[in-house]
Amino acid sequence: MPSHDVLVIGAGLAGQRAALAAAEQGVSVGIVSKVHPVRSHSNAAQGGINAALNPDDTWESHAFDTVKGSDYLGDQDAIEIMAREAPEEILHMEHLGVTFHRNEEGKLGTRAFGGASAARTYYVADITGQAIMHVLYEQLMKYSEQITRYEEWFSSSLAIDENGECCGVVTRNVADGSMELFQAKSVILATGGSGQIWKPTTNALICTGDGIAMAYRVGAKLMDMEMIQYHPTTLAGKGFLITEGARGEGALLLNKNGERFMEKYAPNKMELASRDVVSRAEQTEINEGRGFPDGTVALDITVVPKKRIHEALREIVLVGRDFAGVDITREPIHIKPGNHYTMGGVKTDVEGRTDIPGLYAAGEVACVSVHGGNRLGANSLLDTLIFGKHSGRDAAARALRTDWSKPSGKVLEDEQAMVDDINGREKGSGRRVSEIKLELGQTMDSKVAVFRDEAGITEALETVRRLQEEAKTAYIDDHGSVFNQDLMGAIELGYMLDCAECSCIGALERKESRGAQYRTDYPERNDEDWLKHINLEKTEDGPEISYSEVTITQWQPEARTY
Amino acid sequence: MADYTIKVRRYQPESGEPAYWEEFNVELDPSLSVLDGLLQAKDRDDGSLAVRCSCRAAICGSCGMKINGKSGLGCQTQIGEAQEQADKMAAVTGVTAAEASSPIGTEADNAGLHTSGATATVTGNAPIVIEPMGNMPVIKDLVTDMESTHWTKIRRVTPWLLPHGEAPEREYIVEPESMVDITQSMACIQCGACVSSCLSMEADPLFIGPAALAKAYRFVGDPRDAETSERLTDLAHDPHGIYDCTHCFSCVDACPKGVAPMDQIMRLRRKAGENGIEDPNSGHAHEMAFVKIIEKKGTLDEALLVQESYAPGILGKLLPSKRGIQETIRSLPTIMRPLLKRKVKLRQAIPGTHHKLPKDAMAEVQAIYKHAEEHNEEFNLYIKGEEGDPEAAVEERLEPDNADYLPTQGEKEA
Repeated sequence: MPSHDVLVIGAGLAGQRAALAAAEQGVSVGIVSKVHPVRSHSNAAQGGINAALNPDDTWESHAFDTVKGSDYLGDQDAIEIMAREAPEEILHMEHLGVTFHRNEEGKLGTRAFGGASAARTYYVADITGQAIMHVLYEQLMKYSEQITRYEEWFSSSLAIDENGECCGVVTRNVADGSMELFQAKSVILATGGSGQIWKPTTNALICTGDGIAMAYRVGAKLMDMEMIQYHPTTLAGKGFLITEGARGEGALLLNKNGERFMEKYAPNKMELASRDVVSRAEQTEINEGRGFPDGTVALDITVVPKKRIHEALREIVLVGRDFAGVDITREPIHIKPGNHYTMGGVKTDVEGRTDIPGLYAAGEVACVSVHGGNRLGANSLLDTLIFGKHSGRDAAARALRTDWSKPSGKVLEDEQAMVDDINGREKGSGRRVSEIKLELGQTMDSKVAVFRDEAGITEALETVRRLQEEAKTAYIDDHGSVFNQDLMGAIELGYMLDCAECSCIGALERKESRGAQYRTDYPERNDEDWLKHINLEKTEDGPEISYSEVTITQWQPEARTY
Repeated sequence: MADYTIKVRRYQPESGEPAYWEEFNVELDPSLSVLDGLLQAKDRDDGSLAVRCSCRAAICGSCGMKINGKSGLGCQTQIGEAQEQADKMAAVTGVTAAEASSPIGTEADNAGLHTSGATATVTGNAPIVIEPMGNMPVIKDLVTDMESTHWTKIRRVTPWLLPHGEAPEREYIVEPESMVDITQSMACIQCGACVSSCLSMEADPLFIGPAALAKAYRFVGDPRDAETSERLTDLAHDPHGIYDCTHCFSCVDACPKGVAPMDQIMRLRRKAGENGIEDPNSGHAHEMAFVKIIEKKGTLDEALLVQESYAPGILGKLLPSKRGIQETIRSLPTIMRPLLKRKVKLRQAIPGTHHKLPKDAMAEVQAIYKHAEEHNEEFNLYIKGEEGDPEAAVEERLEPDNADYLPTQGEKEA
């Protein structure tokens, strides 16, 4: 049985940062990822990472923008930590080798981003996530003696000991199908979000909510699962992301009449209002007939000087060319709001600790909560690094003071039985896994999206529950051991359905409009009744609802305008 | 919506059977990708079809594969374009991409391959041929073992920053251009398409290769790194290092992100030369000899190569270095072999007898040299374009007078 003091599951930014932070404490670390680490979805973060690093900027300003962006649902203690530690973390990344953009003096340069009162977004062209993640992976290679990498190992179940503490995980070696129980004193989930339950989505195919569901299944609480961000600028149909950096560089949003419609919705910040605000504005234009026939509005990047486009928005030039057949330096590109980010997730404290001792979560899988009802652009990379670091350190500290607890082999037996069950289903005995995924994605995108109401969410929930039943008999074609992606797809479907159920329950429960949750039947924010987090805990009859306080330190809720 | 036939080279390791071809009929919009086509086949027909993929947006680097024989990303290649390409190959050569693609295993397999290539597909079009990447062992279907090839080579170049002493209190202050310069190699997504297409690696599997060397430049070009000279010496001394590249442009062609790995290798060579790094292969001196001879004669006088490499100029001949003499003697068998096999006539082997191009042709050659010297700028997607107008830069390069012999990379990308 492989064992490590600290085991990190998922190797995007949060996971890699956590592994490095834990290793610095002198403990043995293993990092497990179902894909090679550099394939992780942190790659897709284009625009940049926020920090109040300029002498004329303050962490309080960054924190306030984040609180306001969250529609006051973010926990202010966590937001303060993130904003305070951001500058040091950016410098740390720079020292490790990230090729951040420089200004003329050769110092770190910034760009503007949505919902921010200062230009505080640091970036590498429009490949910021990729650039940071590849540098972290360089560090993983450098410290390969302290950190063991398990690349392409698929985790499927957390092991809990008799004291109710997390002590390991069952994983499957994708290359040969062998299953192992990994032992650990602390386990950090860093598996990302659950965007794949929507279709289309900007999220990669691997974002199937694995960690959210695994934690939920062993009794950890989930929080704010109704808070799902729709990004204002995605390619229609395909869901590809066009960075907010484009608007940061000056690009405009226009409806079919050529009107700069954001004047109506956010007269001060215009295109750079919070994402929920911009997405709702676009969707309103489209719904009221001022969009293009393909259900989109236009993003006009041609107003940005070409030299600047080539230097700072290179990836978007490629996305336009390869995936929309549009030269963005010459003509506007059609975009619409598209599913993008899971603000909710596994409830943690500021050290990444979940309700289960020994189990941590960091990054998009977690809900600390720094994003509350709506995440600001360029705060997600920051979240992964800051709370990855905190989780890694705390998990290592716990490992140093904790004795080994031997996980029961039963969890491995159960897992093997589950795999045998899936393998044993006869062709034609039920639906194909891919069919169920498609129906789930389309249902969620039509009923639990930018605008929601009780009837729609209820319908979505009913569909999800039916699909949960159908998933029990869904069959697969591949019964082999080597690279059985079919089997992993069936297990992922289970994760997705758990997450979808929780997102529906949360959306149905929150009878107000706040951040990304806009209920047409409850269009106002209602601080009196709903300035609180919705927590969900697994029971035999589905998720049980409870509430927790929003931590307020210095910013009382106010009306939110941009 | 349109119908396509994709023909996939499959290998199921647990079946005990050799690799085989399988055709799938898919129906999708031509603007969707080859990967979308594969995923449709996987979703509808056969879930055991293995292909790594994640982002679908050419950023994660998972879906490197060969499409109609060309290495690239499945998600970045539109299926409509792949179909046009397959049709064009069939029309031009009379051979479909399927027939031209790598043979599999036994002769019987190959026979089968040719028949199926000749048979009209259900859609009536030439099939789009999809194979796993080259220069790597195949694990299953389109999934290759990148660890034993690609990643081992990446680790070979000490792929992390090695700065001097303590980090500064704030950021390192560096030239803004230097960061933009290495951002081109940072744009590498480690997909392996360049490795798959690398002809040098096909001949020498130990070649460090385009991806790892581009990664090396990311540190060599980084002003924060303190081991520039050590890195260059290491890569120049390795017989499978920077001078193992044959300049074939395959990697530039294959790279989905405009990293242009060969350009990064050339930068490494130039820096090695600038740093006066003597390498056992005399790669740098050899390169300089090429440049000098062609400048003088218009074409390559191979008889001059050895002496110009090891004893350049009059001074080199009057005062030959010990190494120059050794290397010249060591080169004799290489010089003799083509003579003995009559591939080269004796008079061609006498230095100095090689003809010079006529005057007007020489003028054109010199114009190329002049142009190259004046436009000694890097091809870098993050910098391309002057005064904010990329077209202006390209148009200038395309002046009719000198359009014939100019490099085409810039134009292709514009």
